[in-house]
Amino acid sequence: MTMLSLSSSPHHHNRRDTGQVMRLVCYAAIPGILTNVWFFGFGILVQAAIAIVTALVTEGVIMELRKKKTERILKDYSAVLAALLLAISIPPLAPWWVIVIGTFFAIAIVKQLYGGLGYNMFNPAMAAYVMLLISFPVQMTSWLPPLSIAEQSHTLWDAIHTIFTGFTSTGFSVEQLKVGVDGATMATPLDAVKTALLQGYTVTEAQEHIIFDGQYGKGWFWVATAYLAGGLFLIKTKVINWHIPGSMLAAAALLSFVLFLLDGDQYASPLFHIFNGSLVLGAFFIATDPVSASTTIKGRLIFGAAIGFWVIIIRNWGGYPDAIAFAVLIMNMTVPLIDYYTQPRTYGHQSKARKSS
Amino acid sequence: MTLFADYDEIIERISVNQLWDFPGGVHPPQQKALSNQSNIETLPLDKTFYVPIKQHIGVDGRIIVSEGDSILKGQALTASEAPFSVPVHAPTSGIVKKVTEHVSAHPSGIPELSIIIDADGQDTWIPLKPVADYAKTGKSELIERICDAGISGMGGAGFPTHIKSNNTKPLEFLIINGIECEPYISSDDRLMREHAWQIRQGIDILVHILQPRQVIIAVEDNKPEALETMSIACQQKTNYQVVSVPTKYPAGGEKQLVQVLTSREVPSDGLPIDVGCIMYNVGTCYAIADAIVEGKPLIERVVTLTGKGFKSPKNVWARLGTPIQTLLKHGDYDDSTQSSPRFIMGGPMMGFTVTSLLTPIVKISNCILVPADNELPHPDDERACIRCSACSDACPASLLPQQLFWYSKSKELEKAEEYNLFDCIECGACAYVCPSEIPLVHYYRQAKADIRNQREEKERSDKAKIRFEARKARLQKEKEEREEKHRIAAEARKASLNKDGGAAKDKIAAALARAKAKKEALAKKQTQNDALGAPAPESDKTEVASIDEVSTESASSQTSAKTTNETEQAKPVLKSTANESSDITAEEDAEAKAAAKKKRVAAAVAKAKAKKLAAKQIKKENNES
Ligand code: SF4
Ligand code: SF4
Repeated sequence: MTMLSLSSSPHHHNRRDTGQVMRLVCYAAIPGILTNVWFFGFGILVQAAIAIVTALVTEGVIMELRKKKTERILKDYSAVLAALLLAISIPPLAPWWVIVIGTFFAIAIVKQLYGGLGYNMFNPAMAAYVMLLISFPVQMTSWLPPLSIAEQSHTLWDAIHTIFTGFTSTGFSVEQLKVGVDGATMATPLDAVKTALLQGYTVTEAQEHIIFDGQYGKGWFWVATAYLAGGLFLIKTKVINWHIPGSMLAAAALLSFVLFLLDGDQYASPLFHIFNGSLVLGAFFIATDPVSASTTIKGRLIFGAAIGFWVIIIRNWGGYPDAIAFAVLIMNMTVPLIDYYTQPRTYGHQSKARKSS
Repeated sequence: MTLFADYDEIIERISVNQLWDFPGGVHPPQQKALSNQSNIETLPLDKTFYVPIKQHIGVDGRIIVSEGDSILKGQALTASEAPFSVPVHAPTSGIVKKVTEHVSAHPSGIPELSIIIDADGQDTWIPLKPVADYAKTGKSELIERICDAGISGMGGAGFPTHIKSNNTKPLEFLIINGIECEPYISSDDRLMREHAWQIRQGIDILVHILQPRQVIIAVEDNKPEALETMSIACQQKTNYQVVSVPTKYPAGGEKQLVQVLTSREVPSDGLPIDVGCIMYNVGTCYAIADAIVEGKPLIERVVTLTGKGFKSPKNVWARLGTPIQTLLKHGDYDDSTQSSPRFIMGGPMMGFTVTSLLTPIVKISNCILVPADNELPHPDDERACIRCSACSDACPASLLPQQLFWYSKSKELEKAEEYNLFDCIECGACAYVCPSEIPLVHYYRQAKADIRNQREEKERSDKAKIRFEARKARLQKEKEEREEKHRIAAEARKASLNKDGGAAKDKIAAALARAKAKKEALAKKQTQNDALGAPAPESDKTEVASIDEVSTESASSQTSAKTTNETEQAKPVLKSTANESSDITAEEDAEAKAAAKKKRVAAAVAKAKAKKLAAKQIKKENNES
């Protein structure tokens, strides 16, 4: 008799696998990345390319060493996604070795040392980001002003040249590129506000400063909007749930709004917080990393909201202008606890009341 | 505090078709159109049938035919003797060829006792005895008829229908399940479309038996024709309501359907009746009408033949016991579509692959699904869980499938139980959505089996332990009683000893005295003998005398030991304790014996001394004389 093939139910499966999920997240980041290129030059593309190559090589070598099916694991695209997220989080013209070290750390240490995909407690991209921020503070905070107001525009070749040699093809350093129209070194809006506040200015005064002259903040605003669009696409296609980004943005907005009401001179408005820095990117692409986020519905709401609060708290009172990475890592640590205490009520449990009546 | 809607609210919402929802659920492609287009066909009569004697949950009936018997169509092959047993009947007339083990319609395919029947081609019915007017027939008689007709739930679980129907608790809703939420299957759909009237009759009978306040006939909204035929069949009945339920898998699960219709949740350790509901599948209603109105036992059912492995998918009336190879032939199974043949009994979500083409159709077999190679993916590419929670979002029981998986895989079974593993209805929604293609249900089944085994083992060892403890306690008590008795006896002995003023001393003295006396007597005798001129071997005689004495003594001590022994054994001792008690007695015996021996030795020494002395004296006397 012919051998019959036996398998266990269900025999049906929907057609989206892990690789597709990860790929969809990568695709959803494309509008944000392109907007970033439009406003800030090609640096981000070069960083992404370096990061992805590093990630694949690192993961491949480790898989070989651990004698796993290399090809299958590379195909799950999780390494690519982690690399991409790190690449779009760091300054576009940071030296090449920064992203290489960061990506290697994310894949080899944060992900594989914990047992590979699904076992890592921390978000690899964010853990690597924090490591880089602590190890190379100068390179990690060298953000450029938008091209529209920069002295020097830079081409793709410039970007490559700068990332690998530290100078553009025409001989400018990153420091020089950072110099704005009035000859003063420029920072990101978050940075600028923080610095201005320390110098005794009010938020309004800081924002009236030239860098916000309809120009500087603009790039950041559009990049955030593009990531928002990508994020909504992910929710629409059910790759992510709305719970984490929703509660995270809501909590950040709520806290910043309360603070803004209390003292508008000291605290920036919710809109400022949402559209500057990587809050939107973080909400849709980073905090939603399934592996290191909470898994229950209530848990996801708590997880997201807590990240939102932390971001605003660290931005206002902490030492770093942007705070997504720290907030995400802090909350990653609490996930087991959150998950444990937010288990849903199983069907048929506690319906005893009815039974006795 | 009831979280749940009361009767009036439910009625109100149902009348405007505003139902509740259950959490999770999935929407796999329906594929019903493959098989639901044509009327149900009847299979030509097969040559051989394999009728398993147990096709339901519960215990088997007693086989009442033997090999070689001629039987008629509908004749009972087994008798229901236990409450949870349901008989099976001959699917056609013919001869009982064999009663033997045959591959079962179960995922394991483990052989089970089956009656193999050779058809004679006549297909002659037994005389049928329909109930003339069920409305004038008592509830218990109807229930008995249902049992005798061999009816068990035909929706999936195979629960004996007569047990379910013997309800005494207050019943609000009689729910008729025409959901059929599994993709591909259309047997209930066709049955409702073509035989709505008979289903309605079955419902009427159930209403007569159960007296519910309201009947709800639930049909998924992807079966508009069935909804219509059922509505027409039930339109004169005011308390029958045909309800259209939104299509979502697994809306047809008993617990989910109760929740959708009433918002109530069946307690995790309870039954639907605990929330005022009882549910029957439409196929079961059809069979009940057949049994009561026609007097026909359950010998056939509608089976869907579907999947792209069939050239002509359809629904057929298949007799119970028909091997699936017959159905394959009838649906024009095309083996070129499959590189590694896979035949699924049931639907793609909960069905199982059969191990043999001789697997018979049983009361719960609603579908034979033969997918073409590319139709349903083989889930053999399991990857690591990425904690995406797609599974918990899909779970209709609000479980955390990913945690269950984690603990099931690592065999942390208590943890799995803590996460309510046993509330999993194995619907497969979680595994369906898992992007890592983890066969989650498979892990749960394994874990459940492991836990059941552990429980059984624990129960066994617990029972053994209880038995052991009880025995130990009993022995301990007996030992204490015995010791107490011994102590009292010993005290008594001591007391009597004291009264005697040292029996042992006395004994020795007495022995000595006796020896002396004997010696004297001997001496006298000797003198007499000497005088008579017949010298006796003196030493011999003294020896004999002393032995006599010793044996008397030991005999007396043995007697005393024996008495204790006897008193002990005389009291009723359970067999199991006999060994131990005899051990103890042996020990005590040994002690007693040792003491006696000492005494005897002392006595013997004394006697020997006396003898020596006596001998000397005799010699002396002799010499003197
Ligand atoms: S198989 Fe069990 S765990 Fe999975 S979705 Fe169904 S009930 Fe939930
Ligand atoms: S759906 Fe699969 S991969 Fe996602 S959490 Fe559940 S088990 Fe893990």
